[in-house]
Amino acid sequence: MTASTVEAARAVAEPAHYWTRQRKIGVGLSAVGLLAAVLFGALASARTAEFTLAETISGSAVGINGRVGAIVFGVIAALAGAAMLVAARRWFNWLLGLGIVATLVSFLCWQLSQAPENLNTIPLGSVARSSVTLALPLVLGALAGVLCERSAVINVAIEGQFLMGAFAAAMFATLAGSVWIGILAAGVGGLIIGLLLAVLAIRFLVDQVVLGVVLNVFALGLTGFLYEQLMAKDQTRFNQPTFVPEWDIPGLSKIPLLGPALFKGNIFLYGAIVLVILIHVGLFYTRWGLRTRAVGEHPAAADTLGVKVLALRYRNVLIGGIVAGFGGAYFTLLSTTNFNKNMTSGLGFVALAALIFGRWSPIGSMLAALFFGFCSALAVSLGSINSPIPSAFLNMLPYIATIIAVAGLVGRVRAPAADGTPYIKG
Amino acid sequence: MTEQTTATAEDLAAAGADQLPPPKTFAGRYLRNLWTANTFTVTVLAVLLALVIGGILIAISDENVRATTSYFFSRPGDFFSLSWDKVSDAYAQLFKGSIVDPTAVQAAANGTGKWERVFFPISETLTYAAPLALTGLAFALAFRGGLFNIGVQGQAIMGAVGAALAGFLLPLPVGIHLVVALIVGAAFGGAWGFVPGILKARTGAHEVITTIMLNYVALFFLGWLIVQKGVQDPERSDAISKPVDDSAQLTHLLGFVGPSLRVNLGIVVAILVVAAVAWLLRRSTFGFELRAVGLNPEASRTAGIGVGSTYALVMTVAGALAGLGGATIVMGTAVSLTGAVIGSVGFDGLLVGLLGRAKPWGVFFAALLFGALQAGGNRMQSFSGISLELVGVIQALIVIFVAAPALVKTVFRLKPAKVSGLGTGMSKGW
Repeated sequence: MTASTVEAARAVAEPAHYWTRQRKIGVGLSAVGLLAAVLFGALASARTAEFTLAETISGSAVGINGRVGAIVFGVIAALAGAAMLVAARRWFNWLLGLGIVATLVSFLCWQLSQAPENLNTIPLGSVARSSVTLALPLVLGALAGVLCERSAVINVAIEGQFLMGAFAAAMFATLAGSVWIGILAAGVGGLIIGLLLAVLAIRFLVDQVVLGVVLNVFALGLTGFLYEQLMAKDQTRFNQPTFVPEWDIPGLSKIPLLGPALFKGNIFLYGAIVLVILIHVGLFYTRWGLRTRAVGEHPAAADTLGVKVLALRYRNVLIGGIVAGFGGAYFTLLSTTNFNKNMTSGLGFVALAALIFGRWSPIGSMLAALFFGFCSALAVSLGSINSPIPSAFLNMLPYIATIIAVAGLVGRVRAPAADGTPYIKG
Repeated sequence: MTEQTTATAEDLAAAGADQLPPPKTFAGRYLRNLWTANTFTVTVLAVLLALVIGGILIAISDENVRATTSYFFSRPGDFFSLSWDKVSDAYAQLFKGSIVDPTAVQAAANGTGKWERVFFPISETLTYAAPLALTGLAFALAFRGGLFNIGVQGQAIMGAVGAALAGFLLPLPVGIHLVVALIVGAAFGGAWGFVPGILKARTGAHEVITTIMLNYVALFFLGWLIVQKGVQDPERSDAISKPVDDSAQLTHLLGFVGPSLRVNLGIVVAILVVAAVAWLLRRSTFGFELRAVGLNPEASRTAGIGVGSTYALVMTVAGALAGLGGATIVMGTAVSLTGAVIGSVGFDGLLVGLLGRAKPWGVFFAALLFGALQAGGNRMQSFSGISLELVGVIQALIVIFVAAPALVKTVFRLKPAKVSGLGTGMSKGW
């Protein structure tokens, strides 16, 4: 069959539909925008809603009448959705972004106009900063997943690697009296789970999803057991690390909004930024990356060309373990300063979701993690302005938002073709 | 190409085993099979290996044992005898807490003790096993359908919520109330499973993401619900719901022997459900389609099976099973909803489902084993001072070894044989 007949056959089989995915999303967005305009507009009061770019609620603010804001931004979202019907292909991403932001602002206008007199301000600088901070472990965990899964080893054990990292960081940072030793130990902690994952998956051909789940339980039990037997009995000796130091980048940290978010950070923030760039460049522009992707998509072909498939998989899974362990140190050296049983509370699974949401790419995973971090930060801010929505429902926000984003916007994703399949030579 | 790579080492080894001549006598065949890597031997050895590693953990985490390591080379005997004492005592408690305590049997036979104490361990084991069997099935069923249901925890939470609400809000007569509460629990869990199923079918949203997220939503919802007016226990200031009416509580089966025997109708429900699921998987059209979709969705679609609707249905049924698991907890033992009412029974269900090799009766026996470890672990914690967390480690290790028959084979130098692998052919990656 020639190429032209294949094309013709395809054209017959799939006539061009008017209702493409983009247009459907456009209709959905219009509906959401109109609903926001009507609902939030009706619920909002005429009080001012204020937004500041700084980290505190003092300072110069942009104010808008709550009801007007809620209606105007809802209408903007609806218009963006309508525009998608006309210019679906070309401007899709921009219109979608505009529509989501406008819906969000409409919602915030309602919330802020309901808030008590002196609380009707949202400091966007602080929201940006805590979004990034809350996203950090997720970025690192998802990067660990990228490393493993791009070379076709499924890593469901991110949660376990977090826990081991967090535990090792707390314990050795306290014993050595130095957070840097703690961070090293965290890497080793993650590496241990990574090693188990690699050996059992690559050498002993254990089903990798099964293995990941089990390694999580193993890490949970092991850290919990050691916590009870050692730490709980002598907290000052084993479980009292200090915070990692904060490094402000002079000059850049003064930029409004981005400054506090990206340049008033710590080892985890800068480490995550460097790792995202390193892994992105490495994966798509170096020999190692080409080989990793080849091993992930078609190991037999890579093997034929002389790539050492198993060695490369071992290496990537082990590096992934170190990265996730480093991410685990976040929990005991940055967000709190002690280890507790099951303190990661499933965030490793959220990192896994960010990995899939971000379509197995470093940048995509980072954006997915930031999205989740932003929703969590928003939930915290709304809690602090006495939102009429119960806090339990605010806490659901990042999870529900992720479901909507994954179901409505991302849809079907494609994993590396060989992901989860062990490679047996011959 | 995929066929080549999924042909595992076991298959190759099994092919080699057939070439040896079979022994003539029955005893010879028995002994030979005993030391081959068949499913049963591997499972038993996996448990043994896990207990050995658990023993090492017990020894090294004990202060007195660690003290002897400072003079290990001058008097190694101290280290070994102390370790042995510690570990054997711990595992003796594990046995006495989960199966039977010989001294209690003796006392009861003499007339100095109560029979209640004899049945207590087995009652506890069955009590823990019942919800685990149901949540294990919830994972296993979805697994057979090619879906990775991490949302068992959330579905079980919703099941507990549904059963509890029906249990104290609906004024129904004895008997009917119990059945209605169970059904409502299953329906709540089923609804919670339906959401990721239909999202997968319609939009392709990955069930791992959606089920993980729904776990959290369910947890927050439970936390909110139990402090609402009409739900919260009016006599309590903390976050706890009203107790389920007596008519909706699962009857204690051995209540006539003693009040501490908690084993209830939940275990009967679990057995009936296991049998029903076994029938469903093997004999029904739905079961056939489920397995076909799990093995090869593309081929199933070509053969005319509605893959999307199967996904939605599988997740709904799995959710309902998990919901039943949550319901048996709140109606059998917990009685009131609290934030942690179901503990980690949903997550443990994943392990139980895997250990049972995603087969209904396998899941049931895995649940019995995990229930026994849980019950024995309680006694080990209170009598030997060993953290209950150790049980989690042992459980995880058992599943690791069962999932890695090649590893057990290497450790014990078993002769090769066909062992039913775990997950092979069921979950091929994402």
